Amino acid sequence: MGLHATQYKGLLGWIDARMPSLMTAFRTHMSEYYAPKNFNVWYFFGSFALMVLVIQLVSGILLAMHYKPDSNMAFWSVEFIMREVSGGWFIRYMHSTGASFFFIVVYLHMFRGLLYGSYRKPRELVWIVGTLIFLALMAESFFGYLLPWGQMSFWGAQVIINLFDSIPLIGKDLSLWIRGDYVVGDATLNRFYSFHIVLVPLALIGLVVAHIFALHDVGSNNPDGVEIKDQLDARGRPLDGIPFHPYYTVHDLYGLGFFFLAYCAVLFFAPEMGGVFLEGNNFIPADAFQTPLHIAPLWYFTPYYSILRATTSDFMIWLAVGTACMGALIYLRLRGTRGRIGVALATFVLFVLLTVPQVRLDPKLWGVILMALSVTIFGALPWLDQSPVKSIRYRPGWHRVVIGVFVAAFAVLGYLGINPPTPGRTLVAQVCTACYFGFFFLMPWWSRMGTFKPVPSRVTFAAH
Amino acid sequence: MNGLHFRLAAAVLTMASLAAGAQEVPLDKWPTERAADLAALQSGARTFVNYCLNCHGANLMRWNRLRDIGLDERQIKADLIFGSQRVTDTMTVAMNPHDAKAWFGKTPPDLSVIVRARNTVEYAGTDYIYTLLRGFYRDQASLTGWNNVVYPNIAMPNIFWERLGPREATLTRSEVLDVPAAEGKSRQALVQTVSHFAADGSVSTERKELQQGEAKFEYRFKPADPKAAAAVDADVADLVAFLNWMSEPAAQDRRRIGVWAIGFLVMFIGVGRWLNAVYWRDVH
Repeated sequence: MGLHATQYKGLLGWIDARMPSLMTAFRTHMSEYYAPKNFNVWYFFGSFALMVLVIQLVSGILLAMHYKPDSNMAFWSVEFIMREVSGGWFIRYMHSTGASFFFIVVYLHMFRGLLYGSYRKPRELVWIVGTLIFLALMAESFFGYLLPWGQMSFWGAQVIINLFDSIPLIGKDLSLWIRGDYVVGDATLNRFYSFHIVLVPLALIGLVVAHIFALHDVGSNNPDGVEIKDQLDARGRPLDGIPFHPYYTVHDLYGLGFFFLAYCAVLFFAPEMGGVFLEGNNFIPADAFQTPLHIAPLWYFTPYYSILRATTSDFMIWLAVGTACMGALIYLRLRGTRGRIGVALATFVLFVLLTVPQVRLDPKLWGVILMALSVTIFGALPWLDQSPVKSIRYRPGWHRVVIGVFVAAFAVLGYLGINPPTPGRTLVAQVCTACYFGFFFLMPWWSRMGTFKPVPSRVTFAAH
Repeated sequence: MNGLHFRLAAAVLTMASLAAGAQEVPLDKWPTERAADLAALQSGARTFVNYCLNCHGANLMRWNRLRDIGLDERQIKADLIFGSQRVTDTMTVAMNPHDAKAWFGKTPPDLSVIVRARNTVEYAGTDYIYTLLRGFYRDQASLTGWNNVVYPNIAMPNIFWERLGPREATLTRSEVLDVPAAEGKSRQALVQTVSHFAADGSVSTERKELQQGEAKFEYRFKPADPKAAAAVDADVADLVAFLNWMSEPAAQDRRRIGVWAIGFLVMFIGVGRWLNAVYWRDVH
């Protein structure tokens, strides 16, 4: 076998002659990947997310060198890192601040998708893989949060694992199986450590690679929602595309400066972020005999936790009404008889399970179902959104208001989840839960309503 | 459209603020300027060793780390370490945890990170501990003879009682309660309870119904020797400064390095901006 004919010189040429796939990959994903030239500030968050992943991996590897996954030592080993390990406080704050920034960045990245319809055909798979990344990230964070073995770690894990109890028939055995003990204990800590540092990171990295491959196959969307591959030059390159490298590598490098500015401001000057990023209670060693007055998950889970808490027995009737209305809407929308019978049956069964006292499911179980739905429903967006145009720029103005209400409901749910419930707060949380699910479930209807503006054939771009 | 958007957001926020609100013990502000004051930190270290370390440990705190607050090893050994410990040991407590549990009903918690443990979204741990340590009053009804305005029925006695001298306390609590009404029914009313604790811990209580006002809790101390009380207040402020420092000894380093990090990033952004402009010059 001869060597591959290479265009490169020196060491790179030597390697390319023997392993041409390396530079092929570089060309496919960097120097000959054509990205739309009109990316705006929202398009930074993807590369920021990749940066945080690297930060978390590096700081995590360093933390694992001193951390002890042992229920008698875990808490003290974290404080040992903070005090006795050279630069240990820096490594630990990198990781704890990174965790919160991961979610900030990912939420903004997802919001970008919502604004510009980035999940629409042909990018459905990019979005689905992204949703899986989001779920993996939540799992990673949940497992990691147990490791400092403080009161919040312990009781947070206890509360979340106990949610599985509400699943009929297998619930009790399932939660016992997850915990590995009757209470959260050493067995739980060790398995969570294993998941946190091996299983989930591997899955995350694999999913991120799949996310980027899927994206580079179909090409990036842009703020105009225009398909740049529809307008090609004589050599088959998109007229509105520019090579990712060097244009977007320098562009993202510039953007990363701002990311690190915010990240370092928190890391160096407010690593606890007023008790939101690092909770005070978690500086008390885990104690199975002392339940904290108020148990709340970390801020990035609180919107879903609020939905769980809002699902009280009083809320069942409203859920039933909502389900009935939804069923009627879908029934009227469908044309085929078989589909209509199916929808009517499903609505009837759900309605019975929500209302009839003899067979209805526990409100706690409905809470768990709604919570699970609230984090997975993002994956259905490519099919829920029926708007004739992708980008918010060409959609009716009031669509922005709808998205604004959704964001406000999400933020209020998050705020309420941090705080202990009161009757008034629960009512607000129920209203916001209705807004949250209304946004998604009614999207097939509202997203096609109103007057849409004409979409240009080329992207709008003003030279810098 | 924007007006509507704004009004919707405002409505949601108003709902959220209505949902909040509960009555708490008012906390005194710890004088934050003592946080980086070496004299205050050293005085706090002395108070900590003399008063706290008999029952509470600081298992994460190495004696020689006190060099960070301006003490040298000779001073640490001569003035602060009473037992046979070395400067490389941590601040452990001689009391057996099982004995402690039998004596106090609860093992006194380790104080290494106590200030951070008491931080909440609503208030700072320093303010909490500053108010707690100054909030003891004599109460004959409690097991130790002491009670506390911040932490009712606390297991800990007032460690400064000898220096503080006798002190009277008046606790005023206004709360909405069920009061008996005509025909054996009850109704809700705002009731003010004023408990006066004499210096010996005997209590006299007055109750009256308020026609207006809000639910709240207030307290007032009347020391026999105001000068001694002020001196103890100052020592407690120093002690809290020390506890605060001990909760995160790297905090000063963190902020100092942070300034350089931010400075570097501002330059990085400047260079990045220029580089970006140079590369993007040919994109039209």
